[in-house]
Amino acid sequence: MFIIGELINGMYSNIGAAIKERNKKEIQNCALAQLACGADALDINCGPASRQPLVDMPWLVEAVQEVTDKPLCLDSSKPVVIEEGLKASRNKTIINSTTADKEKLEALIPLAVKYKSKLIGIAISAKGIPQNKDQRLELAVAIVDNCLKESFPMEDLYLDPIVLPVNVAQAQMKDILESIAEFKIISDPGPKTTLGLSNISQGTHMRSLINRTFLTMAVAYGLDSAILDPKDKELIDTLITAELILNKNIYCDSYLEAYRKK
Amino acid sequence: METQLVLEKWPGVISTVTIGADNKDGGSRINPVKIGGQNSLPLLFKEGGIPNRPAVAFEIWDIPPQDWDEELVLAYGKALNDPFAWADKCVNEFKAQLLCVRMQGAHPDSGNKSPKEAANFISELLKKVKVPLIVIGSGDDTKDNLILPACSEAAKGERCLIGCAVQDNYKTLVASVLADGHYIIAESPIDINIAKQLNILISDMGLSLDRIVINPTIGALGYGLEYAYSIMERARLAALSGDKTLASPFICFVGQETWRTKEAKAAPKQGIIWEIITAASLIQSGADLLVMRHPVAAKKIFDYIDTLFKK
Repeated sequence: MFIIGELINGMYSNIGAAIKERNKKEIQNCALAQLACGADALDINCGPASRQPLVDMPWLVEAVQEVTDKPLCLDSSKPVVIEEGLKASRNKTIINSTTADKEKLEALIPLAVKYKSKLIGIAISAKGIPQNKDQRLELAVAIVDNCLKESFPMEDLYLDPIVLPVNVAQAQMKDILESIAEFKIISDPGPKTTLGLSNISQGTHMRSLINRTFLTMAVAYGLDSAILDPKDKELIDTLITAELILNKNIYCDSYLEAYRKK
Repeated sequence: METQLVLEKWPGVISTVTIGADNKDGGSRINPVKIGGQNSLPLLFKEGGIPNRPAVAFEIWDIPPQDWDEELVLAYGKALNDPFAWADKCVNEFKAQLLCVRMQGAHPDSGNKSPKEAANFISELLKKVKVPLIVIGSGDDTKDNLILPACSEAAKGERCLIGCAVQDNYKTLVASVLADGHYIIAESPIDINIAKQLNILISDMGLSLDRIVINPTIGALGYGLEYAYSIMERARLAALSGDKTLASPFICFVGQETWRTKEAKAAPKQGIIWEIITAASLIQSGADLLVMRHPVAAKKIFDYIDTLFKK
């Protein structure tokens, strides 16, 4: 599982304040703590309160890549902000994210090609959030089609079925899970899959338990990557165990430690 | 239409182990032997780099072996009665790159040599021959915990490969190997889960994973060779996929396993053939270091490796 750490996000108060005060140390500590817990890449998001995302994004990128060469997942709904992040990155990058909307696809796929970046495509469009599996699939196919047209390599595309809070859209959970398996067979070679995990438990009282239960189920449906809180040790332990049961790693008595030695 | 080969690209790489330290590295060995370092399945030269060939070590003992088959006795002649003459014959006559010395004389049932005697033997052997050494205990855990640290210390800085650590008995040996700058053999009973676990236990003591060589335990042809083969293949696939805890080279005790089969002793020359076939098969499954007994079999395998690696 390719783990993208979600904690460098301006919507968290410590990060929001650190961005405002240009407190590099706080950002770097957050980056290193996530990597120590097993993150393979780090999401970078200035947050909704950022007044000058075009400046904040490259500042965050600089701060983080001073302490790691792991990939950076540049997270913004605005292509111009993402491009500022791409320009500043020496590390590998992942664009987070394009929707299935024409203007987003036309802006972001060429950027991904130009900067040799991976790309996350979310099965959503300006028309709104998909209501079932078929609508998700339709949006995903639109993203894949556009990538193929631009000769963007499928192995660098991560499709996100868009996770909704279980207390809001309980009836959609099964569709979301099944979409993961279906996205992967849209093309051959197929795209990869990812999702923003924490959304599943938004507004609930059992966040960690819901997160790890959903992640286990998603892994069983073939999920390749997730944006999550790597500091949630029980979550990561559960993930490692789920992958062990799927024979992705060889068992040994210290399999949790073995995974972390990788 | 031209057929296109489907080539696999692996993210993982097997660690490189250099057995023997020359004077540059503070030892006195003349030709250190490198094994491992590949990032491809065995012999798939187009898929990745295979920088080092499988190596062959000759097995010798610190005492004259009592129960070796006539075929082996014939090959070494009187030299078998004197371990140093035996070592010399392997190196000078049979051109051994490496020697694997089994400290059988320390076993309570075969002489019960003291740690001091064992250490003296190793010191003397290091003076007499200049090839890199593999040192193996007598097979009695309690006794080996006494003699192997002494042997390790006697060979300090020579970067030997010392074994075998097992899941129930590894701490003493790891501590010695760590202190004296050697490599360790981690042995598991044809069990990939235990192989992985033991590597973790050893690395937890501070001996890094790249100082481990795995002895997966093998069976000779007809005695579970295919089980060893599949365990080795599975470990290699995991290692190449990125599992560092299994990314160690393999050592296979081919001679020991071959010459205990009844087929090896059933007819003249048959043991030699048995040893050759066992070794050749293990090369296909990823063996990096083969410990062999019969010089004719070793020569054949040497030539076979030469042919396989001819570009």
